[in-house]
Amino acid sequence: MAAAPRPDLRAIDAAIRAHVKKSLLRFNTCGSVDDGKSTLIGRLLFESKALFDDQLAALEADSKRVGTRPGELDYALLLDGLAAEREQGITIDVAYRFFSTEKRNFIVADTPGHEQYTRNMVTGASTADLSIILVDARKGVLTQTRRHSFLVRLLGIRHVVLVVNKMDLVGYSQDVFAAIETDYRKFASELGLPAVTCIPISAVKGDNILQHSAATLWYTGPTLMGLLDNVEIDETRVREQPLRLPIQWVNRPNQDFRGFAGTIVAGRLRKGDPIRVQPAGRTSRVSRLVAFDGDLEEAVAGQSITITLDDEIDISRGDLVVKADAPAEIADQFEATIVWMNEAPLLRGRTYLMKIGTKTVTATISPLKYKININTLEHAAAVKFDLNDIGVANLQLDRPIAFDPYEVNRDTGGFILVDRVTNDTVGAGMLHFALRRAHNVQWQALDVNKAARAALKGQKPCVLWYTGLSGAGKSTIANLVDKKLHSMKRHTYLLDGDNVRHGMNKDLGFTAADRVENIRRIGEMAKILIDAGLIVSTAFISPFRAERQMARALVGETEFIEIFVDTPLDVAEQRDPKGLYKKARRGELKNFTGIDSPYETPERAELRIDTTSLTPEDAADTIVAFLQSRGFLDFDEG
Amino acid sequence: MALTHLQRLEAETIQIMREVVAETEKPVMLYSIGKDSSVMLHIARKAFHPAVPPFPLLHVDTTWKFKEMYAMRDRMARESGMDLIVHVNPEAQAKGINPFTHGSAVHTDIWKTQGLKQALDKYGFDAAFGGARRDEEKSRAKERVFSFRSAQHRWDPKNQRPELWRLYNTRKQKGESIRVFPLSNWTELDIWQYIYLEKIPIVPLYYSAVRPVVERDGTLIMVDDDRMPLRPGEEPMMRKVRFRTLGCYPLTGAIESPADTLEEIIAEMMTARTSEREGRVIDKDAPSSMEIKKQEGYF
Repeated sequence: MAAAPRPDLRAIDAAIRAHVKKSLLRFNTCGSVDDGKSTLIGRLLFESKALFDDQLAALEADSKRVGTRPGELDYALLLDGLAAEREQGITIDVAYRFFSTEKRNFIVADTPGHEQYTRNMVTGASTADLSIILVDARKGVLTQTRRHSFLVRLLGIRHVVLVVNKMDLVGYSQDVFAAIETDYRKFASELGLPAVTCIPISAVKGDNILQHSAATLWYTGPTLMGLLDNVEIDETRVREQPLRLPIQWVNRPNQDFRGFAGTIVAGRLRKGDPIRVQPAGRTSRVSRLVAFDGDLEEAVAGQSITITLDDEIDISRGDLVVKADAPAEIADQFEATIVWMNEAPLLRGRTYLMKIGTKTVTATISPLKYKININTLEHAAAVKFDLNDIGVANLQLDRPIAFDPYEVNRDTGGFILVDRVTNDTVGAGMLHFALRRAHNVQWQALDVNKAARAALKGQKPCVLWYTGLSGAGKSTIANLVDKKLHSMKRHTYLLDGDNVRHGMNKDLGFTAADRVENIRRIGEMAKILIDAGLIVSTAFISPFRAERQMARALVGETEFIEIFVDTPLDVAEQRDPKGLYKKARRGELKNFTGIDSPYETPERAELRIDTTSLTPEDAADTIVAFLQSRGFLDFDEG
Repeated sequence: MALTHLQRLEAETIQIMREVVAETEKPVMLYSIGKDSSVMLHIARKAFHPAVPPFPLLHVDTTWKFKEMYAMRDRMARESGMDLIVHVNPEAQAKGINPFTHGSAVHTDIWKTQGLKQALDKYGFDAAFGGARRDEEKSRAKERVFSFRSAQHRWDPKNQRPELWRLYNTRKQKGESIRVFPLSNWTELDIWQYIYLEKIPIVPLYYSAVRPVVERDGTLIMVDDDRMPLRPGEEPMMRKVRFRTLGCYPLTGAIESPADTLEEIIAEMMTARTSEREGRVIDKDAPSSMEIKKQEGYF
C-alpha cells in the first residue's frame, strides 16, 4: 500500500492562524416557536456547516419520530435539550449554540417564548451584542414583538435585526414586508431603539440567510449572515470609553509580589498610566501588566489581567480601578430598573444582597416607583414586583459604590439581587443615575456655631430664600450675609442645599418629584426655625416657581424674602466650581438644572443680585442693607 | 482590531476561575487528563500567575485509564507545582468493578459518579471546576457556568440560577457545592486551536500511531493492557488510530486516522463529519443518558 502523501503542515498552520483571527459575536433570538425561531437557528447551524454527520443522522431520525413536518428536516429539534422539554415539545430555558463563518464565530443565546420568558430572555440578552427579533410575515408586529423589543431596549443592545420570517408563505411580497417594516420602525423609534435592520427571510427555504434570494430581488439590504458578520462588537465600542477595571482578586503569592487581578470592562490600560482606586480615591501608577508569557505593554476592554502598582496602596476585591482623571461616579442611592425573577415578590423596604461588578453590598429597595406593563409600556403604581415584572425603584445601599449608568456600561451599571436567606438570584437591575451624589456633595463648614444661635432676642425672624443656578454664588453670598449678621450679634441659621441633602433629605434625589419634596421639607424646616426666632438663610437652586410659592405660603408673606442670585448659565457653567456642569454635559449627571432640567426665573423676588456686576462682598452688603431698611435687624426693646 | 474569539474565551475562563477562588472556601479542579482538562489547567496557570493556582487537582481514578494518561497526569502535576489528589473508590476497588463484567453504566456510576461524590465529601470541597463544554451534548447546552448541587450532589435542571452579564451568584447553603464549567462557551475546535497556539502538552494518544485494537460492536477499542478479555475470535490488529476523546480505555473508541501532528488533527477537525462524543460508548446507553447521569451527580 502506497503511503499517503504528507500533508503540507505549513499550509495548515497558515489556515489555522487565519481561522483564529476571527472575532466573536454574541447574539440572542427573540420570538416563539410559531415564528420559526428554532428553525432559524437550526438553519444557521446547518448553513454554517456546524452540524456533524452523526448529529444530522440524529436529526433525521428525530424528525421522522417527532418532527412537525413529515419528510423534511425539523431544525427545531436540534435545539431541544432536556428530556422533559422534549416530551412536552417545548423548550423552557436558555440554551447556547455555536457556529462560525469565514469571518466570525458566533454564540447564540436561544431564549424560548413561554412562561419565564422575561427572565430567560433578559438572561440571554445580557451578554448579547445583537438581538434578532422574529416576526411571522403573515402576522406582522404583534404584542410579543413589542415586548421583545422593549426588553432588548432595556438590556441596552445596540443592534436589532427584525427578521420577517415565512416570506415564502406571503408570496415574497414586497408590500407585506414594507408594511411590517414601516410599522416596526415607528415603534422602534418611539422606544428609542438604536440601529434597526429589517430582513425578509424564509428559515425553512433559506432565503436571504446566507445569500440574497432570487425571490426577493426588491430587497437590497444585507443577508442575515452578512449582517452578523459585520456589525460592531460591543467590547470594541467600550474600549474607547475611560478605563474601568473592577478588582476581582488580590494576587499575593509571597511578600515580594502584590498584584491586582481583574477583567477590564471599559477602556484600555498601559504601563505607566496614572490610576485612581474607587471609591476611596487613592491614586497610583501602573508599574507592570503581569502575564504568564511575559509582561504586556497594554491591555484593552475584554481582557483579564493582573497589574502591579508603584505604591503600596490598599486595594481589595470590589474596588474599581479607573484612569486618575476620568473617575466613575460614586453614590449610595440610585434609581434603577429591576427585572424580578423570583416566585417570592419584591417588596418595598426589603433588603437584598446586590452584586455589581466584583462588589457585593446590601441594598434596600424603597420606594417602588412604578411597574411597566411590557405589552403596553404603560406605567402603573406598584407595592410589589412579582415574577417577571419589570419596574423602576430606588435603591439605598449600605455603602457608596463606584458606578456608571447601565446605558454607558453594562458591567459597571448592571447588577443582580440575591435573597439573603435562600441565596437565589431573585432580580437583575440596571442603574439609571444616582439620587444622592456622594461624590459631588461636599460638606460645608458653617461659619456660625450652634452656641451663638442658642437664644434669640431682639430681632425679627425671617427667611432669606436664595435661588439661582448651580454655581451662581448662592452659598457664597448666603455665608457672607450670615457672617455679617452674626458679627452684628444676630441669631441666624443657614440651611445649605448640600448639607440638607446629607441628612434630612437623604432619601431624595434630583428628579422633578424629589426636588418638589426637597423644597417642601426645607420650607417646613425654615418655618420651624423662624418659630424659634432665627434669621434663616436657605441656599437651594429651587428651580421651580411653584415650589418657591409653596414655601412662601408656608412661611408667610411678610417673613419670606426671595433673593434671586442672577448669574447667566454660561457664566455659571464657566465657573463650575464642583465640575458638575462638565459631568452634566457628558451626560453623567441627569436632571441637572440648566442642562436637562429647567430653571424658572423668579417673577416677584424681593431682591435681585446680579453677580456679573457685584462681588460677593458687595452683594452681602446690599442684602444686609435691605434687611436694615425693612427693619428686620431692629432691636425690639419691648 | 477586536479581540479574537480565543482571546475572549480565554479572558472569560480566567474571570470565572478568579471568581471561584475569590468567593468560595475550598475549590478544587477536576483533572481528567483529557484535552479539555489540559486547556483548563493551562488557563488556570495563566489566571493566577505568578502564583501557583490556589487549589489542588483532583483525579477521580477508575484504574481503567490509558497508561499514557497516568504518565501525563503525573507530569502535569509536577510541572504546575499544584497538589494532585487521586481518589480511587475503595468500594469499586474491593468489588473489582470493571466495564467488561459490569457494563459501562455500572462501571461509570460506581467509579466516576460515586467516586466523585466520595472525594468531594471526603475533602470538603465546596466548588469543583470541570472541563465540560456546552457544545458537547444537547443537555449541556442549557447548563449554567455555575451549577449548584444539593448536599446529595443532585442537579435540578428546572431550578437553575439565571446568569446575567459576567455576574455569578456563588452563594450556597451549607452542604451545597458548585460545579463550575469555565470552558462552557468553548467548542471542540476552539480547544484544539488553543492547544496549538499555546503549545499545550496533551496525551500522545490524541496523535495517530499504530496501536493494537479490536473492533467491538462497531467501535475500535485499544487493548491497552492484559486486563482486557478478548472475545472468541478476537485478535488485536495493529491499526494507525488516534482518539478524539479520552476516558477509560475499554469505553473509548479510536478512529482510524493518519493525523500524527497537531496541524493534521486540526485540519481533520475543521473538516470533521462526526462529533467527538460519537467515540464514547457511555452516551449511547439510552436516550438522554447523559442528562440522567447528571441528575444523579455525574459531572
